[in-house]
Amino acid sequence: MTRRYAMAVDTRRCVGCNACVISCKTENDLPSGGFRDWIVQEVHGQFPSLTLQIRSERCNHCAETPCVAACPTGASHVAAGGTVLVNRRKCTGCKACMVACPYGARWVHPDGHVDKCTFCLHRVERGQPPACVETCPTRSLTFGDLADPASPVARLVARRPHLVLQPEAGTRPQVFFLT
Amino acid sequence: MTELDVARHNPLLDPRLQAWGWEIPVYLFLGGMAAGVMILATLLLARPGARSPALRWLPFAAPGLVTLGMLALFLDVEHKLYVWRFYLAFRWSSPMSWGAWILLLVYPVSLLVALASLDGAQAGWLASRLGRAGRLVEAAWAMAQRHAAGLRVASLATGAGLGLYTGVLLSTLAARALWSSALLGPIFLVSGLSTGAALLMLFPVNSEERHLLARWDLWAIGTEAILLLLFLVGLASGTATGQAAAGLLLGGPYATAFWLLVVGAGLALPALLELLEGRRLLRVTPAAPALVLVGGLALRFILVSAGQT
Repeated sequence: MTRRYAMAVDTRRCVGCNACVISCKTENDLPSGGFRDWIVQEVHGQFPSLTLQIRSERCNHCAETPCVAACPTGASHVAAGGTVLVNRRKCTGCKACMVACPYGARWVHPDGHVDKCTFCLHRVERGQPPACVETCPTRSLTFGDLADPASPVARLVARRPHLVLQPEAGTRPQVFFLT
Repeated sequence: MTELDVARHNPLLDPRLQAWGWEIPVYLFLGGMAAGVMILATLLLARPGARSPALRWLPFAAPGLVTLGMLALFLDVEHKLYVWRFYLAFRWSSPMSWGAWILLLVYPVSLLVALASLDGAQAGWLASRLGRAGRLVEAAWAMAQRHAAGLRVASLATGAGLGLYTGVLLSTLAARALWSSALLGPIFLVSGLSTGAALLMLFPVNSEERHLLARWDLWAIGTEAILLLLFLVGLASGTATGQAAAGLLLGGPYATAFWLLVVGAGLALPALLELLEGRRLLRVTPAAPALVLVGGLALRFILVSAGQT
């Protein structure tokens, strides 16, 4: 069966410690100022009745990919398990994908090409989880194959209420935020 | 109350949602103007009757403008050593890819059309100035003369493709609410026709050509005004996202610039001047075409910048 890599982010467990951000930076040797994942804290309500949601966000590795459609050279492409990657040797740095992405997940690397989260595909292919997932001290991040109903990520998404970011964009994001 | 705190601390990304800077609107402006020059000069030169020497040379403006536009594009591209990658692929889903190939097509078509519009003396003069390449120019001129009718059709088609694509480039990027309108293609095409006419009017064409250009420009300005109105109505009568996008131009941070520079200086005022000049109530000056150029450039800067906020 075709694999469909996905991630579940448990917003009830996440404390916004930024360990995922730092482990990603270290694992992927990102330049100064460059990050592939980030923490968003969203507060709703009027004091004292406030609700807080903390999300560890990254590229949503969408099933419908406006970034890949916009890329003129084929540098942005869909790789194993639906992972969206950038081939830096094909990338001209034209930024069409950045403008096409509704999530601001892409940025220009100081070397000139566009950079983004890869779901740590190099680790996944060795049977390891992505660096952020392995590091998360509260175990809020779960990575796996959504197409396999027995996988932990598929079971979480099936069982828990969840949301995806900007569903109205029609991109069918594959990062699910458990609420 | 909703408060959003993004702890990304990414100076490469967070301070500016604006991925595209001044280079893209400048390129869209020059590309649109080149498309207008291709279409209008072809139409003018296809007419029977006397032609001014200036008009015979003016089709060369199209490849010149496209070259300047591509220079702006090159400045925008971040991975400059990999630019050739545009020409190792054709991605039908990417307007940027269509554009890269259309730009390549524009060169042979517009240069041959420009050669075809020269008379024998002008072509001879050009050939004599080019040394050894002169013979090539003479041969190309002779060939262009033989295929003038076919070249005119090719010029109109390529010009329309170039003009439309400058708008389609933005309108396919659905992530930006202000751009998600299919009207942007036609808007940029008529704006390109208008700025192309304006550029031609700045040169010493004869009075009949000037008169025709002013009349076509009036039609282009009228069509552009109607399309812009429909564009704003389409956004404002849509979802909350569309309403917020239309609000950027209707009352938000870009409203003053949009109404003053695009609608006032770029559409209303030159239309009024051209109407009065056409009825001989006003002396013909370069003011109207200059205003059209200002409006065309402002339209592209405002749409590209507002779309990314």
